[in-house]
Amino acid sequence: MNNWNWDIFFDAFPIVIQGLGITIGLTFACYIFALVFGFVWTFLRRIPYKPINWIVTWVMEFIRSTPPLVQLFFIFYALPMVPVVGVALDPFTSAVLGLGVHFSTYIGEVYRSGIEGVEKGQWEASKALNFSTTKKWTKIILPQAIPPTIPMLGNYLIIMFKEVPLASTIGVVGILQMANDYGAQHWRYLEPLTIVAILFLVLSYPSAILVSKLEKKMNRRFDKKAPTGSKPLKEEGKGAVM
Amino acid sequence: MTPRVRLPHPGGLTLFLMLDQSFYKGVIIIFSTIGEVFPVLLKGIEITIVVLVLSAIFGYLFAFIAGLCRLSNNLILRKFTGFYVEVFRGTSLIVQLFWLYYAIPMLFGFDLGSNLLAGVLAIALNYGAYMSEIVRGSILSVAKGQTEAATALNMSRFQRMRFVIFPQAVRMMLPEFGNYLIQMLKATSLVSLIGMTDILYHGNILRSSDLSAAPTVYFLVLVFYFIIALPLIFLTRKMEDISKKGVAS
Repeated sequence: MNNWNWDIFFDAFPIVIQGLGITIGLTFACYIFALVFGFVWTFLRRIPYKPINWIVTWVMEFIRSTPPLVQLFFIFYALPMVPVVGVALDPFTSAVLGLGVHFSTYIGEVYRSGIEGVEKGQWEASKALNFSTTKKWTKIILPQAIPPTIPMLGNYLIIMFKEVPLASTIGVVGILQMANDYGAQHWRYLEPLTIVAILFLVLSYPSAILVSKLEKKMNRRFDKKAPTGSKPLKEEGKGAVM
Repeated sequence: MTPRVRLPHPGGLTLFLMLDQSFYKGVIIIFSTIGEVFPVLLKGIEITIVVLVLSAIFGYLFAFIAGLCRLSNNLILRKFTGFYVEVFRGTSLIVQLFWLYYAIPMLFGFDLGSNLLAGVLAIALNYGAYMSEIVRGSILSVAKGQTEAATALNMSRFQRMRFVIFPQAVRMMLPEFGNYLIQMLKATSLVSLIGMTDILYHGNILRSSDLSAAPTVYFLVLVFYFIIALPLIFLTRKMEDISKKGVAS
């Protein structure tokens, strides 16, 4: 333990923490992208035409079962080389696109579970009241489908926060990249990397507690109001993502 | 390098899509390099699978040990495992990997020996922590009546766990364990960052020698991972069926 040096710790701390803004900003940028794009997957999967449904399902399966790291590399290094559609993106945009698309497949499943949790009577009522498709979704289905999924969505925010350091591999200067740079300059990896670990723990642990509290609160709320016949939310493929 | 072929001009459609010769050249490059890229990536499959199998074995082992420890009567053991689980769930895998690989040798003055050990240990500890929660949750969710019945049959604490609770709990764990196996496969791609020669490592080398091959390289890498993941996807579905069979929902 005598290799631990507090001087280096305090020297590195202000440098590493400079990357925190980028890390948190990237997390929210990816998250918002995934929240929006998740809807695309959800509605694509609802197309009542077998071949399209099948293709969408397997594309989602492909995206979620291949490493996000490779997807980042694909978007950053390979996309500019693809003819016609190829565009060169800066690291931050690539990371938003790569991680956002990866996580949107998970978020899409969350929405789906929420929509499936909406009672059948609500669909029938919207038809009986002659609601248009747009009105049906915006006024009846989604307002009931999304709130119960908020704890799950919160969990995904925390999971994404822990995935964001992957972006350091394509040059997004978050806290991990700051620590690596510091390590390369001073040939001391121990303290800066420990700072990164502590920062992650300090930020993600309280948010995890907050989300689980929210989950309990929501469960109580929706359990009380839930009429008989509504299904409990079940999410497929739940769990940490890498 | 690339074959110079004159392609027939498809007429008005070309103008409409704004495609020209360079488009075809690009497409030809992408397809003509598959032959070169494929065998190189194939060399990395072995490492990826070795890392996956080892991390899965150790990951499940850590999960069961930590999950059972968290249900133990011993307060210190419970708190200690709780600490381990929260630390590894609260930080990201890539940070843990770098920490094990770069920081541990500095802190304790000894090397973990190889990057294989550091990689496997990081993945196994991380996913062991996540999966220990599943072990714990499944054991806790076995109906109380089962424990009471086993007690009524004069079974010891160990016998209750071994013959009554555990077999029922394992069934519930199976689908989630399958999901985590796919997650672990995805995580193995990170070991290329600490210098292990897995699929992605070979892909990165190819890309750095020929930038225009990047689309082929990374698409093939993705396909490779997907092909390894396919049996795991079907295994997970199978496990879902097994865990549902004969259980009143």
